[in-house]
This record gives sequence, C-alpha cells and structure tokens, in this order.
Amino acid sequence: MTQLKELMSALDNAAKHPAQVINKCLEEKRLMIGCAPEYCPEEIVYAAGMLPVGLWGGLTSIKNANQYFPAFACSLVQTTLELGMRGVYDGLAGVIVPAHCDHLKCFGQDWKVAVPQVRFIPLAHPINRKLEAAVEYLKSEYSRIKSVLEEIGGQPISDQALSEAIEIYNDHRKTLREFTLIARDYCTTITPSLRHNVIKSGYFMDKLEHTQLVNGLIEELKKAPPEAWQGKRVVLTGIMAEPNEILDMFEDYGLAVVDDDLAQESRQFRTDVPQGTDPLEGLARYWSCMEGCSLLYDPQKNRRFMLKRMAEESRADGVVACIMKFCEMEEFDYPIYKKTLEEAKIPLLYLELDLVTPSLEQVRTRIQSFAEMISRKR
Amino acid sequence: MPEKLTSRNLLNQLQTRHYTNAYAAKIKGQLVGWATSIFPQEFCETMDLTVVYPENHAAAVAAKRGALPLLEQAESEGYSMDLCSYARINLAYMKSQAAEIPIPLPDFILCCNNICNTLIKWYENIAAELNIPMILIDVPYNHGYEPTPAAIDYIKSEFGECIRQLEKITGRPFNHEGFRKVMILSNENSRAWKRVLDLNQAVPAPLNGFELFNYMSQMVCARGRQETGELLKLLIEELEEKIKLGKSCYEDGEKCRVMWDGIACWPHIKHNFKAFAKNGINIVCSSYPEAWVLLYEPGNLDELAKVYSMIGNNTCMEYQADKREREVKNFKLDGILFHVNRSCKVMDFMQYEQQRLVAARTGVSIMNFDGDQADPRNFAAAQFETRLEALKEIVAHHKSAKKSKEVTNNDPA
Ligand code: SF4
Ligand code: SF4
Repeated sequence: MTQLKELMSALDNAAKHPAQVINKCLEEKRLMIGCAPEYCPEEIVYAAGMLPVGLWGGLTSIKNANQYFPAFACSLVQTTLELGMRGVYDGLAGVIVPAHCDHLKCFGQDWKVAVPQVRFIPLAHPINRKLEAAVEYLKSEYSRIKSVLEEIGGQPISDQALSEAIEIYNDHRKTLREFTLIARDYCTTITPSLRHNVIKSGYFMDKLEHTQLVNGLIEELKKAPPEAWQGKRVVLTGIMAEPNEILDMFEDYGLAVVDDDLAQESRQFRTDVPQGTDPLEGLARYWSCMEGCSLLYDPQKNRRFMLKRMAEESRADGVVACIMKFCEMEEFDYPIYKKTLEEAKIPLLYLELDLVTPSLEQVRTRIQSFAEMISRKR
Repeated sequence: MPEKLTSRNLLNQLQTRHYTNAYAAKIKGQLVGWATSIFPQEFCETMDLTVVYPENHAAAVAAKRGALPLLEQAESEGYSMDLCSYARINLAYMKSQAAEIPIPLPDFILCCNNICNTLIKWYENIAAELNIPMILIDVPYNHGYEPTPAAIDYIKSEFGECIRQLEKITGRPFNHEGFRKVMILSNENSRAWKRVLDLNQAVPAPLNGFELFNYMSQMVCARGRQETGELLKLLIEELEEKIKLGKSCYEDGEKCRVMWDGIACWPHIKHNFKAFAKNGINIVCSSYPEAWVLLYEPGNLDELAKVYSMIGNNTCMEYQADKREREVKNFKLDGILFHVNRSCKVMDFMQYEQQRLVAARTGVSIMNFDGDQADPRNFAAAQFETRLEALKEIVAHHKSAKKSKEVTNNDPA
C-alpha cells in the first residue's frame, strides 16, 4: 500500500511542481526543448539526448502578453506567451511551436519577437494528412527540426537513436493506454485530478522513467480488487481539463473520469508511431494515422462517432466538453457531436474553461447541476 | 440616348447575375459548389462549374443588415459567439436559407486555408451536415519567408488530387488546354485589378477605398472570367480620367490618406463611410483587396502553388511588415487604421507587433478600433468616431511637425 502511495505522490508531485523535475535536468546539464501544444515530434528531441518539456500554459493573469494578443486569444497561447515573457522558460534551449490553428500560427510569430531568448523552432503540419505527399512534406519539416536540434546539441542525431526514441515513446503510449483502462476500475483511488496528474507528469519527465513509474502504479493497483464505485462516470473531451480545480469539483460531486478524448491526454497516446526502416518517415506517417481530434482534418466528423463509442464502451453516464474559451477548433466541433450524443441520449455538459479569468464558481454550479441531473436519470 | 454604362452599374449587374445564375443552375439540376474566397478557382473554372462564395454572401447579407437573425440562429444551435461571423451566418443559412439574397445549397465544397484554418473547421461542418464531398487544398503556414520546396510539392500533389476529385464529382474529364486558357485570363484580370489598386497611389486618389471592397467581390467570385476583365477595363478608364482631371473623391479635397487594415465592418459600412467623409479622411488602399492579385506564369504549377500559399494571412511577421511598409511608401500614406476584428483571429493576433514594426519603419500614424466584419453587435459607433478623430489629429500633428522640420532644415541661417 505504501508503495502505491509513494508512486501516486511522486507522479502527482511532478505534475504539480514541474520546476523541481526541471531543475534536476538543469543540474544534470541535460538540454531541454519546450513543446508547445498540441502535437510535437518529441521523439526527435529525445533522440538528441534532450528532454522534451510540454508547455500547456498555466493559471495566471496577463500582464505582458496583451502587448501581442487582444483578450480573445485562447488562454493556452496567452498564458504560455505570458510565462515566456516573464522568463519562466529561459532554461529551455528552444521551443517547437506547431501551427495547428490560427492562434498558434500567430503565437509562434509573436514568440519570436517577445521571447527572443528562447529559440523559436517552427513547425507546420500538413492538414491533408492522408496524402502520400503529406508524409513527404512533414518528413521535410521534421528533418529541418532535426538539423536545428543537431545544431543546438552540437552532435548528429542517428537513425538508431531515433528508432530507439520511437520505441521508448510507443512503450510509453502503451503504458498510458493501459493506465487509463485500469484507472476506470479504481475510481476511488484514482481521482479525476490524480488521473490527470499521472498523465500530465509525463510532460516533465524522461519518458523511460515515467513509463516505469506508471507501470509500477498499474502493478500496485492491480494488487487490490477493483473498487466499487457508487458515483457517476463521465468521459472528458476537448483540448485539456484545466485549471486543476475543476477536476476536484468532479470529485466533490461524485463524478469519476472513466475515459478521455483530450488533446493533452489520450489523443497523445492512442495511436502508435508505425515502425519502419526510416524513423523520420515513421514519425511523419504517424500524423497520417491519427484520428479523432479537432486539429485533425475530419470532413465526415468521425470524431462524433468515436466519442459516442467511447462513452458507450466506458459505460459513461455523460460526456463533458471541456472547451477552452476562444478555441475555435473545438467550438466548431461541438454543435456536431452535441447532436450525435443527443440522438444517442448521452447527457452532455458544456464547460467553458479559461486559464486567465476562470469563473470557477460558475463552473462549479454547472458541474453540480450536471451531476444531479445524471444521478436522477437512473 | 441610352445612359452611359458606368463600372458601378456593370458591377451591380454582374453581381446580381452571379447569384441568379447560380440559382438557375441549381434549378436546372446542375451541380453547384461553395468555395472559400481565395480557393484556386482555376480548377473549377476549367470544369465550368457554378460556384458561389459563402464569405462574399455573408458579407452581402451583413451589409443589408440581415446578419443578426442568422447569427442568433447559429448560436441557438450551439455555435459560440466567438466564432467567425461569416461562418456563423453561413452555417445558419445552410439550415434555414433565410436571407434576402438567396444562394443555392452546395453539392460539393472547395476549401483552401490560405486565409485561415477556421475555414477548414467551418467547411468540415458543411460537409458533415449536408453529407457532400469536400475538396481541401491545404497550404502549410509559411513560418519562413516563402514556402519550402517540399511545401510546393505537397500543394502540387493536392492540385492533382483536386482534379481527380472534381472529375469524380462531375463525371467529366479535366480539360488541360482549357486550364491554360483560364490561367491566362485569370492573370490578365489580376493584372488589371492590380492596376486599379495602384491607380489609387495618385494624389488625390481617384477612388474611395470603400468602393474597392465592392469591386473586390467580382475578383472573389469571377476572377477567371471574361466579364471581369471588361468590368476592370471600364473601371480603369474611369479612374484614369479622374486622375487626368485631378479629381478627388472628396469634394473639398483629400486631407489625409489612410490604409484600412482588415475587412470592412459590413453592417456599419454606411456609418463608417460617413464618419470618414466627415473627417476628410480618405481610405486609399487596404490590405485586403490586394489578396486577389494572384500573378504567376500560366502553366507553371510551382508558381500557382506559391502564389496561393503566400496570401498575407498565411505569411510570417517579416513578410507582412515588409508588405505594409511598401504600401505606406507607394500610397504615400499618412495613417493606417487597423480593424481589430473580433471574428478574425489570424488577422488580429500579429497586428499589435505589426503596428509597432510599421510605425517604427515608416513613421506612419497608427490607430485601431474594435469591430467585426459581420456581427453588428461587436462594434461601437462612438469608439469608432473618437478613434477616427484621434487619427486625424495625430496625422495633422505629424504633418505640421514635419513641415516645421522642413522649414528649419531649409533655413539658410
Ligand atoms: S486551445 Fe485551441 S485555439 Fe488554443 S492553441 Fe489549442 S487548438 Fe489553438
Ligand atoms: S474572416 Fe478571418 S476567420 Fe473568418 S473566414 Fe475570413 S480569414 Fe477566416
């Protein structure tokens, strides 16, 4: 039992205090590269011997970033730029910024000017990702990023190192998939917030170490029989379920998170990088294999069916749309899957989330009424 | 004697015809497409397809003050108020077809994200709701100054895919000879359009900037067509005539030359127009209409890919600043009025730095105001008027400071 507690607190701590993990890295003189939302080729960074660090903004007020963004930019880009301008990321040797949405395109350009001390490494994914030409193009983007990292690190990145990194990452993905499945059976121990932190801690740790910790956690959990859960079960969808306080509210009102379709969580690890002889091509092809995210071109909106299936398979009592305010990628999808879930009679809660001015009391009221509503349903 | 046809009249005729023809085509059972405003129309024009442009339609609806009910309808269906108002208007129209100017529903849609990625999400929703094919030409964001060779190859491959999809949708083969002709014609029209825009470099400028937005519709909807060439020819003649006579579009002359940066505020365009006139400010150019100057060597697909990829919104900070700097110089601008457009994130989120860069490089006066291209609720007339007055004052101040400096410099003592 103590072993379980220790593992839980180690992971929880890493997510809550990334600075500690990062300071360790600084002491060891291991270079770190920031990875901005939502999809970065972390494997290349890892293969360079550097630590990829996920940048997902944070709860903070805006004092500087408003020189670049009007108030209606999503709070992920606003707070990340704000933290960058305050020097929080000065320990990073660079930051990879994809251009998935209009906010991110501008964020990267603004970063270049506003945070010149942290090298900007741009990335533009191909959106027509099913075309063979898209794989070729993305490979060229990755190849440029690889050269930049080689320059920063002062040594070449071998194919073998890349293949090993891919293996380590796929292993990590598999472990996290297993964790999210197991977590469902231990809803009392793995609270919504702990579940989130177990996953999130991976953004600040070496993936080998993280995989080991999470595997240990899974083993420890399995030692006890599955826990009976009296409360209700929900699936989360959206970019991310932060600020953290909202997850505590889920717990307060007896809601367990039994699966997620969040960009910060499961969307990162539900697909594996295909293995092949050319590791860079494998990474590029990975992007073509991914499905079901608001940032992935989806003209049939298959995401709505995936979501419905996910809710059914996890026997969820409802779905919670965690919509980052001003995120049009998610806001456009919402009316479409709302219809599908309504038709399937799956209750849906719309939560507007904001890291700059979070109206937590309003969110609390909405979570509470939703919990009451789904409790009455059965 | 019949009245002489003015370019203004011809424009109205062509625009009305554009919409009525589209409807007629639909009724006849022909396929109709919807396309984003800077989709490479060369492909659909070659296939002789009837295409309408939802952004243009939404602008027209908003200018006729018909936006609000549609916006509210979209919001009631779960669309956030923060989304681009063109998208909200169109997605609501798709369901209710409640607008003064009707357009037929599409059988296929064509999307190019060279102005924003919002369009992709918007068009996905149309495709999913109507269960129709969507053709996407993705032009990766140019984080460098120009598209990389790999990006050009990728876009060209998408062109091939677009042709295949169009052939499948129509059941007809793509005519490569016809394609060439369309490219030639499109370039002629682009050149003429550029000439129109450039003629406004004259002092005083012959054309009021708001008129540019109107003529621009024709470039959006039919820049690969003969009749557009005729319209532009007529317009050029009129402008050259005005320049010859030294005529300003303001009765009491032109006091202040300004660039309008961004899209018009369609629901308030009359108000805006009057406010400018009252302050003697002339909009002589805009960053927006220039996007439809698409010049390339006909038949050169690398260039076609590049030109469609390098639309202002899809370019990096430096490229955009260089372009604005050129405009300030070429158009002898006194000021730039930036529209902080609630709808259009991609135009807004680099704007503050653009303002600093361009002001530092050229000394041009800068002012901004909060508005929205089509949601009438996101605009305050009082703020707009105050900002305009302030701009006028700053410009006047700059001018007199410059003058006194010149006097001092020329002072032989
Ligand atoms: S949260 Fe949405 S708007 Fe913000 S960066 Fe992510 S995808 Fe873009
Ligand atoms: S107004 Fe802006 S967001 Fe809307 S379609 Fe045009 S470019 Fe895209």
